[in-house]
Amino acid sequence: MSLKAEFDLLLDWIPQGARVLDLGCGNAELLAYLMKHKQVKGVGLEMDPLSIVSSISNGVDVIQADLNTANLIEMFGENAFDVVLTTQTLQSMQRPDHLIDSMLRIGKRAIVTFPNFGYWRNRLQLLLSGKMPVSVALPYQWYDTPNTHLCTFSDFEAFCQQKNIVILAQRVLGAPLGAEFSPNLFGEVALYHIEQGIR
Amino acid sequence: MLMTTASSQNEHKLANSVGIVTPQTLSIDTPLTLACGATLANYQLVYETYGTLNRDASNAILICHALSGDHHAAGYHHPNDKTPGWWDHYIGPGKAIDTEQFFVVGVNNIGSCRGSTGPASINPATGEAYGPDFPMVTCRDWVNTQAQLADFLGIKQWAAVVGGSLGGMQVQQWAIDFPDRLRHAVIIASSPKLSAQNIAFNEVARQAIMTDPDFHGGRFLKHNTLPKQGLMLARMLGHLTYLSDDLMGEKFGRELRTGSLKYSYDVEFQVESYLRYQGEKFATKSNFDANSYLLMTKALDYFDPASEHGDDLVSTFSHIKAASLVISFTTDWRFSPERSLEIVRALTQAGKRVVYAEVASSHGHDAFLLPNNYYEQVFSAYMKRVAEEVRS
Repeated sequence: MSLKAEFDLLLDWIPQGARVLDLGCGNAELLAYLMKHKQVKGVGLEMDPLSIVSSISNGVDVIQADLNTANLIEMFGENAFDVVLTTQTLQSMQRPDHLIDSMLRIGKRAIVTFPNFGYWRNRLQLLLSGKMPVSVALPYQWYDTPNTHLCTFSDFEAFCQQKNIVILAQRVLGAPLGAEFSPNLFGEVALYHIEQGIR
Repeated sequence: MLMTTASSQNEHKLANSVGIVTPQTLSIDTPLTLACGATLANYQLVYETYGTLNRDASNAILICHALSGDHHAAGYHHPNDKTPGWWDHYIGPGKAIDTEQFFVVGVNNIGSCRGSTGPASINPATGEAYGPDFPMVTCRDWVNTQAQLADFLGIKQWAAVVGGSLGGMQVQQWAIDFPDRLRHAVIIASSPKLSAQNIAFNEVARQAIMTDPDFHGGRFLKHNTLPKQGLMLARMLGHLTYLSDDLMGEKFGRELRTGSLKYSYDVEFQVESYLRYQGEKFATKSNFDANSYLLMTKALDYFDPASEHGDDLVSTFSHIKAASLVISFTTDWRFSPERSLEIVRALTQAGKRVVYAEVASSHGHDAFLLPNNYYEQVFSAYMKRVAEEVRS
């Protein structure tokens, strides 16, 4: 399960030449990938200095900001992007709900990816060992994890329903066959393509 | 033996820089109408260049200086010069602004006092120094003169225009006024306009100079004197606002000069001693013209490009074609990160390309002149992109 696999899964959700913002863009590998394959106009937001230097070197425009405190609407204005992305970042936000709301204001559509706490191995670990799950997708211990808002696919979908957010598509990384049958049990990481319904 | 050591130190120093540089002078006879309405029939620009201009003149970088800066941004004037140009840490072979890639131009602004026409220059109309009669100059005026220099050097479009503080304001002015003449705007520790507090600090500095009995309404040269006390106070105030509270705490704390309180108005705390030293050094050794200091602070106050666009910075930036790099420093309270963010927000909302970095530093506003690992990395990475564009 590589980053590349995640990139490929969301590639066809990105229109050719789209304006794309990646929140928590890291080294901007994804944006560089999208710039290359979809000729997007990409912008990244990142907080970590080393990642910012790498992003610049990767030819991506990046703005240094803390996603927990940055006012994205003030920064970009409404509907500034065709797609706003956040990969594997949502679960470490102080308020994921606020972030998703901002994403769907500054962008027409959003893509979020996050680890599924309801993945069968996680459930099994907790059930059998009685300890918080640790895996490749969730590599931290309970005391040092930045993932303060982990959720399951079911949690996220219920949230979307409550906020009238339309799920345009969902894809999972993990066991592809089982995931088709029950994503919340067999999907390890999910990618959701969403847009705001009537607020 | 001593001689050998000194000369080998010099060699090392020179090798790690653009080496010995010689300022040049350009006399311009095209009359310049200034924002204030006055016209300069002719004027001189003193400038320095580092590196080599490539065949299609596409690798040129303009360095805009701040309040007390000048054209001497890098290298040494003599082998025995103790200090290099003011931005030597960032301009030179292999440095952030790599002189092996770029042709770098540093220019002294008119109204200043380092060789370009200013209040201390002779007014051809009177045969005496302009003094207080030198007209007010603005960032726009400076940019117009810099464009004349670009024409003279055969540079139609700068690869980048770069500046910190007041220099960053000139960069913004370039991007606004000459959108086709620069590909990148590098705006460091700057602001889209001064705040009321900034203007107030400048006004105190000006009052310190103008109320000095030796100022003589700006005609101090005619009286064979200098308003040293006023300049010293102005610099002490300025210097204090360029430092951060943290740094002063770290550097001086409440440390006493002699170890015990004297209950007098003599220098007691180390910070007083330091400030007086900085003020005195500037007033007596820098040879900075008091009228120039006044003019430069006014140019800072006047800068407000959005005022011509209904105070809307987004529409002010809407015609910009350059991509920008904006850098701020965490403890800079004179031009705080929030002010840089105003620039960043307006650029992004105007649909312009922008990279923004907020550098952690304890050095306040002065940080833009000083070594800092992250600052250097961001600056270098961005300029490498600019260099790659030049090559492709």
